Amino acid sequence: MIEAINEALDIMLARDPDVVVMGEDVGYFGGVFRATAGLQAKHGKTRVFDTPISECGIIGVAVGMGAYGLRPVPEIQFADYIYPGLDQLISEAARLRYRSACDYIAPLTVRSPFGGGIFGGQTHSQSPEAIFTHVSGLKTVIPSNPYDAKGLLISAIEDNDPVIFFEPKRIYNGPFTGYYDKPVEPWKRHKDSVVPEGHYRVPLGKARTVTEGDALTVLAYGTMVHVAEAVCAAKGVDAHILDLRTLVPLDIEAIEQSVERTGRCLIVHEATRTSGFGAELSALVTERCFYHLEAPVERVTGFDTPYPHSLEWAYFPGPIRIGEAIDKLLKD
Amino acid sequence: MAERPEGSAAGSNKPALQLHVPEPRFRPGDAADFSHLAIPAAGQQPRPDEACHASETAPLCYDLVRVLGDDNQAHGPWDPKLDPDTLRTMLGHMVLVRAFDERMFRGQRQGKTSFYMKCTGEEATSVAAGMALASDDMVFPSYRQQGILIARGYPLVEMINQIYSNKGDKLKGRQLPIMYSSREHSFFSISGNLATQCPQAVGWAMASAIKGDSRIAASWVGEGSTAEGDFHSACTFATVYNAPVILNVINNQWAISSFSGFAGAERTTFAARALGYGLAGLRVDGNDALAVFAAQQWAANRARANGGPTLIEYFTYRAEGHSTSDDPSAYRSVQEGIDWPLGDPIARLRNHLIALGEWDEERHAAMDLAAAERVKEATREAEKNGILGHGLHHPFRTMFEDVFEELPWHLKEQAAQATRERLIKFPEGRPNS
Repeated sequence: MIEAINEALDIMLARDPDVVVMGEDVGYFGGVFRATAGLQAKHGKTRVFDTPISECGIIGVAVGMGAYGLRPVPEIQFADYIYPGLDQLISEAARLRYRSACDYIAPLTVRSPFGGGIFGGQTHSQSPEAIFTHVSGLKTVIPSNPYDAKGLLISAIEDNDPVIFFEPKRIYNGPFTGYYDKPVEPWKRHKDSVVPEGHYRVPLGKARTVTEGDALTVLAYGTMVHVAEAVCAAKGVDAHILDLRTLVPLDIEAIEQSVERTGRCLIVHEATRTSGFGAELSALVTERCFYHLEAPVERVTGFDTPYPHSLEWAYFPGPIRIGEAIDKLLKD
Repeated sequence: MAERPEGSAAGSNKPALQLHVPEPRFRPGDAADFSHLAIPAAGQQPRPDEACHASETAPLCYDLVRVLGDDNQAHGPWDPKLDPDTLRTMLGHMVLVRAFDERMFRGQRQGKTSFYMKCTGEEATSVAAGMALASDDMVFPSYRQQGILIARGYPLVEMINQIYSNKGDKLKGRQLPIMYSSREHSFFSISGNLATQCPQAVGWAMASAIKGDSRIAASWVGEGSTAEGDFHSACTFATVYNAPVILNVINNQWAISSFSGFAGAERTTFAARALGYGLAGLRVDGNDALAVFAAQQWAANRARANGGPTLIEYFTYRAEGHSTSDDPSAYRSVQEGIDWPLGDPIARLRNHLIALGEWDEERHAAMDLAAAERVKEATREAEKNGILGHGLHHPFRTMFEDVFEELPWHLKEQAAQATRERLIKFPEGRPNS
C-alpha cells in the first residue's frame, strides 16, 4: 500500500504543477514510512520538501498555499500528532470556502498514518477520525488496500475541498486480519493488491462491497475491513461487508440498501467507542432503516481508554470481540 | 522523594519564590505619565541597506523609526520623500477610515448591526502600510485593517453590506461584521481565530516563490496575538524558507482589557522577537504615516529582491474600545489616550502637509465633511439592501452552499428541512425564502 501511495503522489506531482508535497522528513529522506521516497529527487526541492516540526505551521502554510492556487499535500507524521494543527484545520481550512463565499478555497489533502496494531502505544496508534467527521467542511477518507489507496488519494488531491486522508499504518505492508499470532501476509498475495499503472480515480463518497451476503451488514473501514472479513470467514457467516472508504461524505445509499436487505448491522472501528464515528453510523442506520432492523445495531470498537502499549491485543477490537457481536446479532 | 542538597532544605535562608503578574501603569482614575517611554527624535535612526543581513537590523528593533518631527517636518534617512499628491491621498484615506468607523459604530448603537470594531488612532498602520505595497501583493489582515480595503478602493457600500449582513453582502451574511474578504483586492478572508493568518501569509509567500512569481505577502496581527503559537510557526517558516513576506505587528498596547505586558512587552520589544528567528526587524512609530510607509516599503523591497522576510512592530495606541462590546473605562485610564506621546496619525500628517504649504485648515475641514458625506451616502445605498434582522438577507438555501464545492446528501436534507421550517413560520411566503 505504501508503494501505491507513493505512486499516487508521483503521478499527481507529474500531472499538476500546482501539487506540492511537504512535511516532516518527507523530502530528502523520503518519509519515515517511505511514502515519499524518491519524489524529491524526481520532482525537485520546491515541489517536495522537508518542514520544521510544527503541525500548526505545516497546515497553516498549506492553507496559504491553497489560497494562492497551489494544491498542497501536507503529511502529518502520525495522526496522533495532528492536534497542534487542529485550529488551522477546523477554523481555517474547513471554513475558508464558506466564510469567503468562494473567494478562497483550501484544496489540501492532509495525509497521515493512523490506527494501531503495531505496538505504537499511546501516541502512535490513535484513530482520531471522529474529530474530523464532526467538522463541517472537511472530507475524511480512509483506504483499506493498495488499489483504493492510490485511486482515493488521486481523487483527494484533485478534489477542491480539504481532505483528511488517514492511512492505516498497520496495513502499509500487508493486510492484517487481527489474528496477531499468525504470520503476516504481504500484499502481493491479496486480491486488492493489483494496482494499475498510471492515473485512475476511486471516487470519494462511494463505499466498496467487500463480500456479498444476506445474514448481516458489516460497516467498517481501514484495517478493520480485513479483520471483519477474516472473522466472518472463520465463522462461516454470510456477511455483506461494506468498506466505507469515505466517512464524509458518507455513502448512505449503499448502507441503507444493505441493511434493508439484511436487517442486521454491525459497525466496527478501532477508535474509542464514546462519540466515535460508529455512534453516527448507528444513529443513521437506526433512523433510516428502523423498520427493517431485526436486532439492535451493534458497535465493536476500541475501549474508552488511551491506547495502551503492553495490553495492545486486549484493547484492539479483534476476532473475539467481533465474534461475540456477530453471535449476538444473529442469535434469533 | 529525593533528598535536597545540604543547605537548601525548605525554610532555609533563600527567599520564597514569587510569581510576577504584570500590571499596567495606569488604571481607571489614574493620571497618565509617559516619561518612562523613550521616544527618540525623528530622523535619528539609520536606514540600513534593504539587502543587509538580518542581524544588522538589531539596533532598530529596540529603537523607534520616526520621520515626522515635532516641527511637522520630515527628517532623516527614512523619509520616503512622497510627493504632496500622494500625501494628500494618504491623508484622504485615513480621514475616510475614521469617518467610516464613526458612522458604523453609530450604526451598531442604532441596532442596524450586531457588532463593530474601530481602528481609531491606528489608521496609518493600515493605510500607509497598504499604500507601500503593490495592489496585487496579498494581504492577510486581522480585524483592524479596514484602512487597507479603503486604500485599495474597495467600495464602501460593499463594506457596509457586509457589516449589515444584508442581501447585498457578498459573504451572504455568513460572517460576523467586519470579517471582510475580497479576492479582487488581494485581501484575504478575515478569521475570528487570532494569528491564524500569519502562517497562511507565509504559505502564500512560499507559493509565490515556488511559482517564481513577483508578488509578496504581508500579514497583520495585534501584539496580544503574537502570544499565539501560530505566530511562532509563521516566524519559523518565514525564516527557514526565506519567504517573501512581511509580518506586521500592531502594538496598540491593549488586547481587549489586557495590556501589552501580558504579551511580553515588559521585558522586550515585539520587533526584537525577529532577532531570535533570524528575521529582519524594525520598530516603527505607528502614528507617523511616513515612517509606516517607509518601513513597509523597505521590507517590501527586501522581500521582492529575495532578501527575505521582515517583522515590523508598529508602536501605536488603541484610542477607543476594543469593539462595540467593550468599555475601556473599566480597565484603563482615560488620560492615557489623551496624553499618548505619539499623538494622532491623522493630525500629524495633516500638520505636515500644512507645514509644507500643501494643505490648510479649510481644505482639511472640507475633506472631513466630504468623507462624512461619502460614508452617509454609502450607508443610505447599503440600507436599500437591508439591515441585520430585517428580512432582507440571502435565501435560506445559501446557508448550506459552499460548505463543500458540491452539496452532499446530508446537507441537501438539512436544506430541505430549513426551507420547510421557514414555510411553517411564514406560510404566506416572504422574500428571499
